[in-house]
Parts: sequence; C-alpha cells; structure tokens
Amino acid sequence: MEEKFKLSPDSFEALPQAEEPDNEKIAAPSLTFVQDAWRRLKMNKGALISFWIILLLMILSFGSSFFINHKTLVKSAPQYANLPAKIPGVPINGFNGKLKVSGQWVDEYKQNNVPKGKYFVLGTDYLGHSLAQRIVYGTKISLIVALVATFFDLTLGVAYGIISGWKGGRTDNVMQRIIEIISSVPSLVIVVLMLVVLKPGMTSIIAAIAISSWTTMARMIRAETLQLKSQEYVLAARSLGESPVKIAWKHLVPNLSSIIIIQTMYTIPTAIFFEAFLSFIGIGISSPETSLGVLLNDGQKNFQFLPYQMWYPAIVLCVLMIAFNLLGDGLRDAFDPKSRR
Amino acid sequence: MAERILDVKNLEINFHTYAGDVKAIRDVSFHLNKGETLAIVGESGSGKSVTTKSLMGLLANNAEVMGGSIMYHGKDILKNSEKQMQNIRGKEIAMIFQDPMTSLDPTMKIGQQIAEPLIKHKKIEKKKAWAQALDILKLVGITNAEERIKDYPHQFSGGQRQRIVIAIALVCYPEILIADEPTTALDVTIQAQILQLMKELQSKIETSIIFITHDLGVVAGMADRVAVMYAGQIVEYGTVDEIFYNPQHPYTWGLLNSMPTLTSTTLEAIPGTPPDLLDPPKGDAFAARNPYAMKIDVEQKPPFFKVSDTHYAATWLLHPDAPKVTPPKEIVRRHQLFAKMTAHESV
Amino acid sequence: MRKYLLKRVFYMILTLFLVATITFFLMKLMPGTPYSNQEKMTPHQIQIMNEQYGLNKPIWMQYLLYLLGMLHGDLGTSFQFSNQPVSYLISSRIGASAQLGIQAMIFGIFFGVIVGSIAAINRNTWIDTTSTVLSIIGKSVPNFVLAVLLQYYIALKLGWFPIADWGGFSYTILPTIALGVGPLAETARFIRTGMVDVLNSDYIELAKSKGLSRFGIVYHHALRNSLIPLVTLIGPYTVALMTGSMVIENIFSIPGIGEQFVKSILTNDYPTIMGVTMLFSAGLVAVILLTDIIYGIIDPRIRLSGNED
Repeated sequence: MEEKFKLSPDSFEALPQAEEPDNEKIAAPSLTFVQDAWRRLKMNKGALISFWIILLLMILSFGSSFFINHKTLVKSAPQYANLPAKIPGVPINGFNGKLKVSGQWVDEYKQNNVPKGKYFVLGTDYLGHSLAQRIVYGTKISLIVALVATFFDLTLGVAYGIISGWKGGRTDNVMQRIIEIISSVPSLVIVVLMLVVLKPGMTSIIAAIAISSWTTMARMIRAETLQLKSQEYVLAARSLGESPVKIAWKHLVPNLSSIIIIQTMYTIPTAIFFEAFLSFIGIGISSPETSLGVLLNDGQKNFQFLPYQMWYPAIVLCVLMIAFNLLGDGLRDAFDPKSRR
Repeated sequence: MAERILDVKNLEINFHTYAGDVKAIRDVSFHLNKGETLAIVGESGSGKSVTTKSLMGLLANNAEVMGGSIMYHGKDILKNSEKQMQNIRGKEIAMIFQDPMTSLDPTMKIGQQIAEPLIKHKKIEKKKAWAQALDILKLVGITNAEERIKDYPHQFSGGQRQRIVIAIALVCYPEILIADEPTTALDVTIQAQILQLMKELQSKIETSIIFITHDLGVVAGMADRVAVMYAGQIVEYGTVDEIFYNPQHPYTWGLLNSMPTLTSTTLEAIPGTPPDLLDPPKGDAFAARNPYAMKIDVEQKPPFFKVSDTHYAATWLLHPDAPKVTPPKEIVRRHQLFAKMTAHESV
Repeated sequence: MRKYLLKRVFYMILTLFLVATITFFLMKLMPGTPYSNQEKMTPHQIQIMNEQYGLNKPIWMQYLLYLLGMLHGDLGTSFQFSNQPVSYLISSRIGASAQLGIQAMIFGIFFGVIVGSIAAINRNTWIDTTSTVLSIIGKSVPNFVLAVLLQYYIALKLGWFPIADWGGFSYTILPTIALGVGPLAETARFIRTGMVDVLNSDYIELAKSKGLSRFGIVYHHALRNSLIPLVTLIGPYTVALMTGSMVIENIFSIPGIGEQFVKSILTNDYPTIMGVTMLFSAGLVAVILLTDIIYGIIDPRIRLSGNED
C-alpha cells in the first residue's frame, strides 16, 4: 500500500522542534466588552435600523423647538380646522387636500377658502393647528416625559438596588420587604393616586411613572450586586480598604452597565405608553397642550370621519415603541450572547 | 471470528458554521463486534461524541454527513428516514449521557421516564410498562425501588440519577449501548460503582457497548478494544492490551505518558492544542505537537500500518524506511511488559 | 410550606392596610365634598348630610370607621353617581370586568403558547422570524390604539361585531382581542425563549435518544417544562389587564370597573377612587399569592422541597 505515497529520501528526516507550538495563538483580534457588544449590535439589522429611527425622531422632535412656536400651537385657528393632508405635487387622493366625504372626494381646501399656497403636509386638527407640527412637538413632549421618568427610575432603582444588595443582612431584608409591598400594588393605582393628588401635567406624569416603575430595576440591580459582591476583584478591592462608594462606582456600576442599559431600553417604551395612556383617557396632559397621547385622544373623537387625525400620531407612537423594543432586544442579545438564538 | 454488528466506513462529517466548514470527522472507520466493549478515547473536540451522535442520527442541524456509511445489520443507518431512526433509537441503539444532573426531565416521574421507551417501542400499556420499569430499576441497584419509582429526578443523588439514566437506556434491551463519558461528572467512588454496574449489566443483557471517554484509566477495566481519536480521525486501534502495552502512535504515547501511575513523580502533558478543524493540516494532524515529527508528517497523511491482526496505527514511524526512535521512558517500560506478556502466551 | 403561606398572607394584609391608610389620608387632603357638584344646599342641610356621612367626626375617627367599614365590605358612599354606596357601584360592575379580563388572559396565554412553541420548534426559519416580528408589533402597539382600529374597521366598516355596549358573547370579542394581544405577544416571546432553552437541554437529547417522535418530545417534555415558568407572568398580566380595562371599557362603552374608575377620577369622586384602588390592590395581591401556590403545585422541585423563596 505504500506505493501510493511519494516518498523522497529525506522524507523521514526529523523536523526541527519548535520551542512552543504556535497554534495556541488566537486569530481574532481581542475586543473589549463594549466593542464586542457594539459589534454584535451592528450585526442585528432590526436593532440598528431602530437605533437610527430613534435618533432621527429625537433630532426631528428636539430640533423642532427652534422652528415650532409653542404659542401658535396652542392658539386655535378655526378657519383652518380639520383640513386633510396636502402635499404640493402629490396627486394622490388623501394627500392632495381632498377628503372622502360620503363616498366623494372633496377638495376641502377649496371648500374652506384656504388661501392658495397655504398647505398642511399632514392636515390640521379640529382647532386648525398643523397636525405635522403638533405631532413633532407632541413627540418631543412624550419623549421628554419618557426620558426624564426613565432617568429618575434608573437613578432611584440603581441606588436602591446597590445599597440593598451591598449592605445585605437586615438592611437588605427590610428594603426587600418594602419593594415587595410596593410592587404588589398595581402601578396603575400608584400613578392614578399621584395624578389625583398632584395637578395633572407633565411633572406629575413624570413623577408618577418614575415612582411606579423603579422596583423592577432595583430588584435586578440588587440580584446582580449580590453576585458581584462575591467576585474576586470586588473582594480584593474591599480587602485593600477601598471605600464602598468608590467600589460601587469603579467596580459595580461598570459591571452593572449592561443590565442598566437593557432595562432602561425597556423602561422608555413603557413610559411612553403610560404617558399616551394617561393622556388618552384624559387624566394626563390635556389639549391644547400636546403629546402623542393628547393627539390620539383628539384624533379618536373624529376617527370615523377624519381617520388621518388619529392614524398619523398612532403610527408615530407605534414606530417609536417598536423601535425602542427592538433596540432593547438587540442590546440584550448584544450584551448577553448566551440569550441569543 | 465474532459477528460484526456495526461497521462504520470512511465516515466524513462537516459542521457548517459562520466561519466556514468544520471538518469534525475525517475518514473514520471502525467496527463493533457482538458483545464486546469498544472504547473510543480522545481529548475534547476530537470528534468522539460527533461519531456516536451520527450513529444515533442525532447530529446537530448544522452538521452534514459528507460521505461514508454506517452499516447496522446490513443496512446503512445514514440512509434511514427520521421515522426509521426513531424505531432504532432507544430500542436497538441506546445512549447514556455525560451529566446525570441535567439529562432527566425535572418535571416527570422517573417511572414514566423509564417506561416511555417501552410504551413507544413495545407498544405495551402504561401499567405493564411501569412494572417493567420497576424491574429494571431494581436491576440498576436503586434501593426501595417500589417507592422511589414515583419520585422526581431532583430527589435522587448524582450516582442514583446515572443509574436511572442507565435504566432508561437498557429498558428495551438494546443491541448497542453508547455511553458518552458516563462517569465524567461523577465522584471518583461513584464512578467505580457505575462502571462496575455497566459491566454486570452487559453480561446480563448481552449488549455491545461503545464507551466514549477522554480518560484512559477508565478504559483499562472496561474495554475489549480501544480506538484512539485525534482531530477527527482514528490514529490507532487495537485490543486493550495492545493499546496499553504496545502503543505505536506518538499521540497514544502522549496520552499514556500523561496518565499518572503509582511510580511516576511528575505529570507529563502533551504540549500545544489540537489543530483547527476549519482548516485541518495536510499530513499527520498530530505533527505540530509531535516531538518525533518527520518531514513527511507535514506533507502526507499516514496510512494505517498493521501491527498485528487486531492492531493498526496511522503513523509514519511504522514505515519500514523510518528511523527507529526511542519512545518516552514510560512507553519503553510498557513495551517491555508487552514483550514479556506475549512471550508468556507463546510458551 | 404552611409557615411560608402564613407569612405571605400576613404581608398581603399589611400591604392592603398600608394602601388603605395611604389612600384614605391622601383623599382627605383633597378639596371637595360629597355635595360640591350638587345644587346649593343650606348650611343646615349640609350639616345633616355631614352627620349622615360621618364627616363631622375627627379625622382619626373617620379613618377607624373607614377601616371598620371595609371589613364589612362597606367602602363608603360615592360623591357622584346618585350617592350610591361604592360597594354597590363596584359589585354591579365587577362581572363585566372580570369576564373581560379572564377572557383576555385565556385568549392571550392560549394563542401565545401556540405561537411561541411553533416559533421555538422552527427556530431560525421564516416562521420564527414572522412570529418574532408579530410579537414585537403586538407588544408595541398600545391596546387603546388597537381597540379604536378594531372598533372602526371590524365593527363599524365590516359590521362583523357590535360596535360597543355590553350584551352577549359577541360584544366581548373585540375588547377581548384588544386587551389580550399584549399578553399574547408577551407569552409568545416568553415561551419561545424558554422552549428554545428547553429544546437544547440534555433531557430533550435523552428523550430523542429514546426514539420518541418530534411531537411526543414537544408535548410530553418541552411544553410542560416551558409552561411552568409562565405562571410567574400571570401577576404582571393582571396589572396590564387592569390598566387596559380602564381604556378598553371606555372605548367599547362596557359598564365595568375600569370605566367607572376613569369616570370617578375625572369627577374627583374620592370614595369611589379609594374603593377601586382597594379592589385593584386586593385583586393583584390575591393573584400573586395564588400564582405562588400554583407554581408550588405544578413544579415538583418546589412542591416537595417546600422551601422559601
């Protein structure tokens, strides 16, 4: 059977011995945790698109502050009330100033003697405000409510969780019982009580949402802190006599960052939902002030005849919610590769 | 000659991954005789588990059989449909898994878990199946089996759970039992008990065993024949005595050398790590770690050289033109012992 | 186990007591009396009414009377709504809300489990992708938006179901869907993740090696193991359904607790707000306790060890 092989005279010479076999080197460049997570996030198309959508909506809504005057938004202009969308150069019914009234497409702009050249890209609401402007402005308000509420939720939850987990023992026990009691009261009830006691408005909504939702964050942070506490590097820092605050800041927070980021990404859409929900049932922000919930509330009243007034803010709200949820999922998968399937 | 019940020929299996195709099994051939125990030895990643999974038709979704055949009773298992495989699994070929702590369903009574294969394959009613489950449970040495058959897995210790896993595997009296590192996750004392149990049951149930392990120490007492695997290939196979006392492949030398003995004062390790199977080396896969490597080792894959009727090794060192090398001291000692043993036999 | 339950019941009562106390004093801080919305009354009439409602007594006395009354199921008298007792307002409306909530829960969990399991079994195929996308949408679209759309397009345009009001079963279908889609999406995501884990576990490998069919493996092993943790979601679902009921009942004009709650908030009807608050809290606390017990019963690992936490 050997004839199959081409043997040369030097075939059986010994090979020079390498000092160390070099096949132990790792081919992939080493990445830090954050770089690695970012790389994984970039591979997730849905999350990436969501990220850009959120960024775009934020720039659009916050940048609008320079162009959209709050006063004109609040002042009513009845002569322009309930005009459908009109985008110059777009001849599609529904976007050319025409509205379907009992089966007929009627040019509402002509009917209401709107001056030539005046148009509203998304139409107007029942008070004659530009719907596009209100949506952009309302998105800003909704985002502010959600972001500020999430910020407080995060600060309170993280601090509470770290203290509870770090102190342990009796403190932890008492703190956990408190959380147990708070979280067995429906958040809805807390929010409603807060809104009844405080004056309805942005501040009370923010407070209400923040106060009712921090327990989840606190619980997760505590569980993780308990685990981290027994890790060698934390033990080492403690035995070297570093102050607890310094340890928390230098060792705990960085290691908790993934949980915090993921949980934050899920809290934001919840807060957006709650604002919209409260404003929709009329106990949150109310017209003529603007938020996505207010717009939905306004739009719903005329939905049968002017469906666009609800459709546009609803689409913005849903896109925002979907984007945050997708980004949250993407971040969870990126930070915790084990959960990725 | 003993009856061959399983004959694996030129098996090739690839795993499709994002990085490319991992050539996990490369031209593997072996056979299993009726009633014997074949040990497949190798370090993790050498392809021993993949080989056995292919016997069961339980390869992962991204695995693909590129070639070869697995003849069982004259039929190629690889050509079987999923339905046909289901009828073989558990009935004719059964399997014991590595970690008894995770291989039992935590929410099902163990009696039901043992009875399941009976109900599926023997088509007997539940009551009868439970009665048989009770018998086998006694057979594997669970005390107070009448009571415990209604218990859940978490109420048993690791060793007991492995006995239950063995009971599940043997309940249909399979022809072939595949044991994939059945004792690795257990305490040393329990290990011995489980091995003892498997040996006893093998004679009672008359099954053939394929015993997968990375631990040569376990092999000595269990196996009739041994196949040593490295980087997706079998590098040497022979009877247990031949492998232990007359090893020929430098990798086998390394394995035996790294086994602690009563007299050894130091633990020898094989330097380096196995090659990347995304792009396996052209010649002898072990060449990079082989202190006896020759030029030809990196150029051409060695064929199997016959050492005896039952003993083959794939190393160029056995080529008639190859220079004589002196194996490590421990191996030389073993070779001397082997010489004595064979001399004895021939007398 | 019994000790654990007793402890839980104690915390349950403590929670409700705290909720009652806090709401009582918060409401006392609020302006408004039972008569502020009614026609002018003479001071004499007001005095009579005050005596009748016990509002002339010192606050602490009112508080004790309120707690005492609650033990008898007396939650005070509504400031609005023809001065009916709050307990009557609640009991006359709880049926509709409970039916709707239970229907939505069953709808959501049942279809969520089906969608989630199918996705897990076919993971990384188009079926999985589709169900993931639908779950994200179901989770993201607010139920009140969905409700308005369903009402308009399915009920009004297509005329398949009644537009609003509360009558036979057909009246419940659209609100049930609107309420249940959220839990459905959440369940589908939860079951998919759980079942993918379970399907990768060693005991499923063992089940395969027994020669069980695909269906047998999923039905006998995978489903049970991924369903058990779902029990922990019933609590959060209850909260979501309570929240949702406020707006869904409003949209579909269903005479339920949620609709009443919104009306009470908008009209500052403090006794009713307090009553519904207590009802929601008690409901959630009871559901949490119940799911704990159920979890202990269906998971053998907890059942027999009977440990705490």
